[in-house]
Amino acid sequence: MNWVQTLVDAIGLGSVYALVAIGLALIFGVMRLVNFAHGELITAAGYTLVVAHALPVPFAIALSVVVAVALAWLMERVAFRRLRDAQPATTLVATFAVAFALEAIWLIAFGARGESADLLSSLNKPAIQSGDVTIRWVTIAMLGVGGILLGATTLLLNRTKIGLQMRAAAADFRAARLLGVRADRVISVAFVISGVMAAAVAVLLTAQQPLVTPTFGLEITILALVGIVVGGMDRLTTATMGGFAIGFLNSLFGNVLPDDLRVYLPSAVFLVVIIVLLVRPVGIFAPRGSSAAERL
Amino acid sequence: MSAARDKALQLLAPALLIVVIGLLGTTVSESTQTEFTGVLVNIAIVIALYVFIGNSGVISFGQIAFVAIGAFSAGVMTISSEIKPTLLPELFPFIADHSISSFESLLLAAGLGALVAFVAGIALMRLNGLAAGIATFAVLEIVHNILRFWEKIGPGAKSLALIPETTGLWEATLGALFCAVIAFLYQHSRSGRLLRASREDAPAARSIGVNIHLHRLVAFSLSGALAGLAGGLLVHQIGSITTEQVYLQLTFITLAMLVVGGMGSLWGAVVGGALVSFLNVYLLKLEAGNAVGPLHIDLPNGSTLLIIGAVMAAIVILRPSGLTGSREVSPRRWLASRRG
Repeated sequence: MNWVQTLVDAIGLGSVYALVAIGLALIFGVMRLVNFAHGELITAAGYTLVVAHALPVPFAIALSVVVAVALAWLMERVAFRRLRDAQPATTLVATFAVAFALEAIWLIAFGARGESADLLSSLNKPAIQSGDVTIRWVTIAMLGVGGILLGATTLLLNRTKIGLQMRAAAADFRAARLLGVRADRVISVAFVISGVMAAAVAVLLTAQQPLVTPTFGLEITILALVGIVVGGMDRLTTATMGGFAIGFLNSLFGNVLPDDLRVYLPSAVFLVVIIVLLVRPVGIFAPRGSSAAERL
Repeated sequence: MSAARDKALQLLAPALLIVVIGLLGTTVSESTQTEFTGVLVNIAIVIALYVFIGNSGVISFGQIAFVAIGAFSAGVMTISSEIKPTLLPELFPFIADHSISSFESLLLAAGLGALVAFVAGIALMRLNGLAAGIATFAVLEIVHNILRFWEKIGPGAKSLALIPETTGLWEATLGALFCAVIAFLYQHSRSGRLLRASREDAPAARSIGVNIHLHRLVAFSLSGALAGLAGGLLVHQIGSITTEQVYLQLTFITLAMLVVGGMGSLWGAVVGGALVSFLNVYLLKLEAGNAVGPLHIDLPNGSTLLIIGAVMAAIVILRPSGLTGSREVSPRRWLASRRG
């Protein structure tokens, strides 16, 4: 085992989780909704890559972005818009229900065994090799795409009018509306961005491992959700760091644990999660003095 | 007087629904009877969720961990000790060499469920909101992970089979009824009332000296016991089990049943559990190509999940506090609303 290799792989996977975390945290920020159905956006983009595998790669990727964005927008418009004033448990179950229904659609359309989206597997070749450290192109892509989208989101939030409105809505939704922020537009934009993130995640995941199954996006979404709560979900930065941390930890433990204990990787990760939550319920990266009182 | 009658109805209505399902189950064919039994076991699980989630208002994703503990302990301990060592050669000797009756195994399941819930709850019940939800989810993940890979205590990733199928219609009816009675008694106990007060307004409850941590711990342990019991009923109903059957899908669907019915009331838990379970059973039948009454539609595989998802979404969108409005049965309120 090589430490540099382990760290590089962990940082790569952490970046993908961070992208999932941004998608989840943006929606939570503007409308206090924990979107379990986010994973279905990733799966939808993944199946788009399956269907479009004959197209030139840039077109296939563009198409997957379009599908994920359209589905995200549709989800909000059809289901979640009516639930803005509902209890957290209700909105949570609504997102489960949407996830269920979409998972069933994938099952009916594509079967349970999964389909291959073999567009970018050439990225699995080594890019840099020195000694026993191998950095594959896909790791570089994860870091690059992660960094670019993170930067773009930061710019959008801090340098544009709609970004300012989104931050205002996240701070105090009602006050923002009173000051003329159009709630529907802010929320729609948040869903559109989360769709873009989901498509990016699908592209990166299929580059690493091309099989797309009906639960393709579910597991990473659940783990990223755990990550953003552990990181601190009231702020986009802490949530994203939390998402990164859980991806990093997962990859790190997977390499560090001895072979006969490796099957207990989830136990190790979730034990850390419980300990962190007990020590700092508001999130490990949340600034001192923040309170958990407002949380649902 | 009428307040006492209302209180009695709070138990009578859910109990009656359970008994009616049990009685209807005796009138149908043997294969359909198995499905009724399954519905009753689901109701028991949803009541177990309700005891903690409904009374405390804290969403837990972890109660199915206790169902899993109950199911596997009851399953492993009732397989005859003559075949157990060959079936599961890795088991600890004290598990392999003993076997108990189905009834004893239900007590064991409830006891272990309560014990694990209590130990986990001591730490976790300090948390609120989503942090609590994620921490309980972590418990589910850890329990699932250990059950799946530790072959000294169970079958690991294999299916545990040859479990005595002793949960029939009557056992399931009695089990669900028992859970309903315990849930009713708890929500009218001092601890239950204080916990419900803290659900409505935590700072106010704390200001009058309510120890929220303690009452959440009581409800969490009790819910763990009922979940363990329901797990025991489940394993003796289907006769075999894998760790995947008591994991994410069951967590989501039972939580959805609770919210669809109305998570704030026992009546809601029972109604939601019954309706969604029956819908699930009959859609699966159609999917398998069987006729349901006059209906003879051949549904493609996966459409059950699709329809259930759509129905659940529609119900929570149209009635955010559930079909029952999260209220218990009350003829007085019904009459008052009719008079306008």
